[in-house]
Amino acid sequence: MEELLQVKGLRKTFTLSAKQQKLENTKEKVKVAVDGLSFTAYKGEVFGLLGPNGAGKTTTLRMLATLIKPDAGDAILDGASVVSQPELVRSKIGFLTSELKLEDFFTPNYQFDFFSGLYGVKPEVAAQRKKELFERFGIDKFAEVKVGNLSTGMKQKVSLVVSLVHDPDVVIFDEPTNGLDVLTAKVVTDFLLDLKARGKSIIVSTHIFSLIEKICDRVGIVIAGKMVTCDTLEAICAGKPLEDRFFEIYEEKVGRIDE
Amino acid sequence: MNNIMTIIKKELARFFGDRRLVFTTVIMPGLLIYLMYTLMGEGMMKQLTTADDYVAKAYAVNMPEDVKMMASSLRMEWEDWDGNPADKERVLKEIEEGEKDLLVYFPENFTADVEAYNMENKAPNVELYYNSEKSNSETAYQMMQSFLKGYEETMVNKYDVNAGMGEGVFGKYDMASDAGIIGKMLSGLLPMLIMTFIFSGCSGVAPESIAGEKERGTIATLLVTPVKRSALALGKVISLSIIALLAGVSSFLGTILSLPKMMGDEVDLNVVSYSISDYLLLLVVIISTVLVIVSIISIVSASAKSVKEATTMMAPFMIGVMLISILPMLGADIGGKAAYAIPLFNSVKAMAAIFGFKTDLVMALVSVGVNLVATGLLVTVLTKMFDNENVMFGK
Ligand SMILES: Nc1ncnc2c1ncn2[C@@H]1O[C@H](COP(=O)(O)OP(=O)(O)OP(=O)(O)O)[C@@H](O)[C@H]1O
Ligand SMILES: [Mg+2]
Repeated sequence: MEELLQVKGLRKTFTLSAKQQKLENTKEKVKVAVDGLSFTAYKGEVFGLLGPNGAGKTTTLRMLATLIKPDAGDAILDGASVVSQPELVRSKIGFLTSELKLEDFFTPNYQFDFFSGLYGVKPEVAAQRKKELFERFGIDKFAEVKVGNLSTGMKQKVSLVVSLVHDPDVVIFDEPTNGLDVLTAKVVTDFLLDLKARGKSIIVSTHIFSLIEKICDRVGIVIAGKMVTCDTLEAICAGKPLEDRFFEIYEEKVGRIDE
Repeated sequence: MNNIMTIIKKELARFFGDRRLVFTTVIMPGLLIYLMYTLMGEGMMKQLTTADDYVAKAYAVNMPEDVKMMASSLRMEWEDWDGNPADKERVLKEIEEGEKDLLVYFPENFTADVEAYNMENKAPNVELYYNSEKSNSETAYQMMQSFLKGYEETMVNKYDVNAGMGEGVFGKYDMASDAGIIGKMLSGLLPMLIMTFIFSGCSGVAPESIAGEKERGTIATLLVTPVKRSALALGKVISLSIIALLAGVSSFLGTILSLPKMMGDEVDLNVVSYSISDYLLLLVVIISTVLVIVSIISIVSASAKSVKEATTMMAPFMIGVMLISILPMLGADIGGKAAYAIPLFNSVKAMAAIFGFKTDLVMALVSVGVNLVATGLLVTVLTKMFDNENVMFGK
């Protein structure tokens, strides 16, 4: 198995403003969001980051996508360092998270062409890709509707498609099915499996067990910014449902849930 | 390079695709300025001038014959009145209501009193009754007053200074050309107007385009693409400059077209003829100025968390730009040549020189160079800001 991504001791802290301290109900000035996280993902596999709210999944993926810089540690993605070669990393990946918004004013059609331009995709190639992706996600009927007038789910699908304009080899999706109805969620999971079948490497974060069970080859469980376990799905489950195993691991590491 | 173009195209598509935005930033300022100045100008004219061919109607009491003779050259229709106090109320009411414009009252023995006048006794007093609220009356009063001054001078005249219609044996006394006088006025006024228009043009679009993208989270989508931060910064600055330039041109046209109406007869704009090279130089100076101002406003917008905050933060910069642009109005050549090293202030100086028919090509080009260097530095700062997660995502 060829290594795709080596995450080595990633750490990220946020300085909290007085307002944030109040919101989080804490006196601490500094919030450790990711605390020395390490793991390895392999080419052609789907890697899942599983963890409760606030575990640091999104923060980790934002560091991998070079939106924010780690305080310590590094990650080597397909030979490129997120710390020292952020542009190269960005050209290799397709990143999706709810933080990335599209301008309301433009249509999906315009957005696709615009981002294809920024990624340097040839117009003919982009046109063909747009046709395929728009059909697959049912965007074709809304291609000329301004994003501002689309439903939340449709917006999310357009965002997903836009993150793939350059047909990246590495796909990093943060909670890809959040907020989608079961039908749309199935379209997305099936699509991810298709990508895998085409040899793409995928990293997803989620707190939905069924999504992990359906698509992941390898799972890392993150709690409070630390990697608690990281192994193949089978090894972690050991014959039990993932949900049960998660609670067992959680109680073992953190303590009883109802405490 | 390609990415810069892609970003510029998107920004322009965003702007021109929004008719309301185009109307409020480009069309409306010029139109408003034109209408406002034209109305202001017409209002002022109405107040200050009387129709050229108006003949004022005046009463004269005890007017000596020689005065009467000389006064016949004035545009006035005289009616003699004996000064009978019984008619006083009627006569004054007529002047108050504008039916008559003036009452000139000479003391009874005016000519004799004037001849008898020496330092010891009181000089005879000619009384003029008028109504300054009525422009016809006001004009008649001014006319009569200067006429009487002239008459007084003829009585004691020993010699004149610069008599005649402003011309002597060698030609005009005042050597200033008409163009020079107007140039002086325009070189004080126009740089300030241009700077203000450029600034308000920029501040109409930059907060939306940078702080707005931050606020709405669309900048993050751009930041995960492999586009260089410098390309993003340059693309924004160039596209915003194009829009600000359009807004500036619109306001400028509004001003220039309404100027004759605002200034009235005093300005014969036909004498203001700048050469093509003056206009070209002006354009180059303006473009370099727009780049600096847009860069500053972009940096301010990038550091703001919302469009609203950006707009508020803009105010001190607006005041600063206004302050440096009124300096040429004070007349003196402030700072000399060294001042051309200061971005924006050098634009004001260069523009003032061009409008004042004192174009200094070298200093104008130095200004452009300085402004371009300043833009380069500011864009570098903006690039750094786009690369800084605290600036882009800080809450
Ligand atoms: N910009 C920030 N400023 C301050 N604290 C932050 C910031 N971003 C994240 N955090 C904190 O860091 C921790 C990890 O956040 P993160 O979003 O990575 O969690 P997550 O695993 O994605 O959770 P969820 O499942 O709710 O999406 C949280 O406690 C969060 O409040
Ligand atoms: Mg998250």
